[in-house]
Amino acid sequence: MFDTLSNRLQEVFRSLRGEARLTEATVETALREIRMALLEADVNFKVVKAFVDRVRDRAMGQDVLRSLTPAQQVVRIVRDEMIALFGDAGGGLQPSSTSPRVILLLGLQGSGKTTTAGKLGAWLAKQGRHPILVSTDVRRPAAIQQLNVLGQKASLRVYDPPGQMDPVRRAGDAMTEARNLGFDVVIVDTAGRLHIDDDLMNELQAIKAAVSPSDLIYVADAMTGQDAIKSAGEFNRRVGVTGVMLSKLDGDARGGAALSVVAVVGVPIAFVGSGERLEDIEPFHADRLVSRLLGMGDVLSLIEKAEQAIDQKDAQRLEEKIRLDDFTLEDFRDQLRTIRKMGPLESIIGMIPGMGSLGQLAENKPDEKQLVRVEAIINSMTPGERSDYHLINGSRRKRIARGSGTSVEEINRLLRQFQQMRKMLKSLGGMVGGGKGALKRLRRMGKLH
Amino acid sequence: MGLLGRIREGLTRTTQQFVDRFEDIVRRADAPERRSRAVDVETLEAIEELLISADVGLPATDRIVSAVKSRARHGESLRDLVKQEIRAVFDSVPWPADGTAPAGGPEPRVVLVVGVNGTGKTTTVGKLANLIKLSGAKPLICAADTFRAAAVEQLEIWARRADVDIVRAREGADPAAVVFDAISSGKARGRTPIIIDTAGRIHTRVNLMNELEKIRRVASREVPGAPHEVLLVLDATVGQNGLSQAREFTAVAGVNGIVLAKLDGTAKGGVAVAIAHDLRLPIRYVGVGESIDDLVPFSAEEYVDALFEEKW
Repeated sequence: MFDTLSNRLQEVFRSLRGEARLTEATVETALREIRMALLEADVNFKVVKAFVDRVRDRAMGQDVLRSLTPAQQVVRIVRDEMIALFGDAGGGLQPSSTSPRVILLLGLQGSGKTTTAGKLGAWLAKQGRHPILVSTDVRRPAAIQQLNVLGQKASLRVYDPPGQMDPVRRAGDAMTEARNLGFDVVIVDTAGRLHIDDDLMNELQAIKAAVSPSDLIYVADAMTGQDAIKSAGEFNRRVGVTGVMLSKLDGDARGGAALSVVAVVGVPIAFVGSGERLEDIEPFHADRLVSRLLGMGDVLSLIEKAEQAIDQKDAQRLEEKIRLDDFTLEDFRDQLRTIRKMGPLESIIGMIPGMGSLGQLAENKPDEKQLVRVEAIINSMTPGERSDYHLINGSRRKRIARGSGTSVEEINRLLRQFQQMRKMLKSLGGMVGGGKGALKRLRRMGKLH
Repeated sequence: MGLLGRIREGLTRTTQQFVDRFEDIVRRADAPERRSRAVDVETLEAIEELLISADVGLPATDRIVSAVKSRARHGESLRDLVKQEIRAVFDSVPWPADGTAPAGGPEPRVVLVVGVNGTGKTTTVGKLANLIKLSGAKPLICAADTFRAAAVEQLEIWARRADVDIVRAREGADPAAVVFDAISSGKARGRTPIIIDTAGRIHTRVNLMNELEKIRRVASREVPGAPHEVLLVLDATVGQNGLSQAREFTAVAGVNGIVLAKLDGTAKGGVAVAIAHDLRLPIRYVGVGESIDDLVPFSAEEYVDALFEEKW
C-alpha cells in the first residue's frame, strides 16, 4: 500500500527520533524518503530535485535550532520550505475595485470548472456579493444545462439566452445583463479541452477580450500527474492565469500538483475544493495545507467550520444540560446534525491532529451513512423514549427497529454507545458539547502549531 | 484510418517531446568518450527521469531501469531495449476474455462503468455503445448517474448519436433501481450488453462506494454472473493517484479492466504501465478524441510503438 505523503513523512521522522544529532547520513536517509514521497505525490520531477536540495542545504547549514530534536528540526525545515514555496499570498480573491468584477474559469476537460462556478457563486453570495453565472461551453453536451441546475440548487442567477450558441456573445451579453440588473460579480464558465487545441485558446482569448476579467482562475484536478505544470503553463502563456482552484482534494490525492504549479508556473492557489456539495470550497491557506500534508492536522479550518455550524445559543443550552447530567437522545441527535453540517466526515477527521493516520484503519473509516441510520433510529422513538432511554425495553426496541428499517442489534449498539457517551460527558464537562469551552480548547490547540 | 493510426494520432503531441528527449539520451550515451561501458549511470538516471515524468511511477520505473541495466549490451539499440521492457510489463498481465462480447452464458451481459468525477465515464459509455453496436450487437445504455446535474441529458445526447436505446431515471433516483429497470427492459427487448453509466465518486467515500456494491448485488440477482465486465475509466493525465483509484474500485466494484480516456491530451497515460505493473489489471480501451468513434481497443504493442515512434 502506498502511504499518503503525511504518513510517509511521519514514518521518516519516526525513524529519526532518538538520534542525538542531525548527521549527514540521517539527513540523506530522510531526504531519500522525502524524494520518494514527493514523487509518489506527483510533485514534478524538477520541483522535487530543487526542493530536496533546498532542504539539504538548510539541514546541513547553520540555522538548526538547539532546542529541537533532530526529527523536529527536519519537520520544521520541510514545513518552512514548503510554505515558502507556496508564497505568503493569502487564499481567496484579491481585492478589486472594478464592478462588475469578472471571474473567468479555465481548465482542462473534467477538471471541475462547472462545479467550481456553482461553488464560487455560492461562496461569493455568502460574502454578501451578488454573482451572476454564465456558461460559454456550447460544446460539451448538456454543459449549459448542468450550470442551470447548479444555479437553481444554489439559488443563483444564471444567464442563459436560449438559442444563443456563440460563446463570446453569451459572455458579452451576460456583462450587459449584470450591469442592467445590478449584479456585481460575473462568473464565466468556459469549455474545457486539451490545451494544445488552438481553436479553444483563440475562443478563450476572444472571451477574455470581450469581458476583460480581473480574475482568471485555472481549475486544476488535484489528482493530476506530472502533466499538471504543462497544462497550467500553457493556459498561463496563452490566456493568462491569476489564480488556481485546486479541485477534488477530498480524495486521497496528495495534491502534489499544487506544489508543482506554484513552483513552476508561479501562480498562487486561490481556492481548494474538497467535496461534492456546493459549500465544499474554501480559500487556500498554505500553512494549513502543509500542516495537513505533514500530519499536523488543520485545527484552524476545523474551528472555522465548527463556528459556522454551531449555534451559540444551542451550545450554551447543551453545556447546561451536560452539567446537569440531563443529556438525552434528542440532544444526541442534535449533535449528529451539527457534525453533519460541518461537511463530509472524512475531511473533518483529516483536520484533527493525529487523526490523519488513524483514519487509515479500515474499521475506523468514517461512514456518513451510519450517521443517517442513527438519526433514523432516534426519529423512530417516541418523545418519551428520547428523553428517558430507560423506557426502551425489548418490545419497544423491536418496534423502533421496524420503524427505522434497522435491526434490534443496531438499536442495542446505539443505546450502549449513548450510555458510554453520557458517562464520558459527565467526566469531561463541556468539552464534547461543542460549546464555547470546546472552541476555546480547540483554539489553544491551534496556537500550538 | 486503422486503429494504430488513431492511437498514433492521439499520441502525436504527447510523444514528440518524449521521443526527442529519449533520442537525446541515446545520442549522449553513444558519444565516443562513453563507449567503454554498455550503459552508464547518467543514462540510466535520464531514463528513470523520463519514465517518472511520464507518470509511470517508481516501482514500474525501477523494474524497467534495472532490467535495462542488466540486459544492456554494447552496440544494442537502447530504444528497443526500453520498448521491450515496457512491453514486458503489459505482457505479464493475464488477459481475461472480453466481457462485452456474447459468451453463450446467461443474457443480457452487463457492463458496469465506474470512476472518479470528471474522468470521462459518460463519454466513454456513449463511445463504447457505438463501438459495440458497430460489431453487430444491440446494446442498451443505462443512465444510473442520478447525482450529477444534467448527466442523464448528456448521456441521452450520446445515445442518440450512437442510435442506441437508453433507460433513464429522474435525477436523485436510486441508481440500483434504474439498473434493475434497465436489465428488465433489456431482457424484454432482447438487448445485450447493458452498459451502465454510474455517477462519479471519489474512491475514499465509503457511502458512495457502498452504492456501487448495491448496484452489483442487484445486477447479479437479475443475471447470474453479472456484471460481466467492470471498467474503470481513468483520465490519462492522472498521476499516481490512479493506482489508488484502481485499488479501491477493484476492492469494492470488482474492476477487471481499465479504460484510459483523454489520451489525446498532453499526457502519455504512463499510469497504465504503473497499473499493469502494480495491480496486474489489463487496459481494455483507450479514448483518443472527442468524436463518437474515438474509442479503440487497447493494444500494448501499438501503444508502446506509438510512444516511441519518431515521426509520423
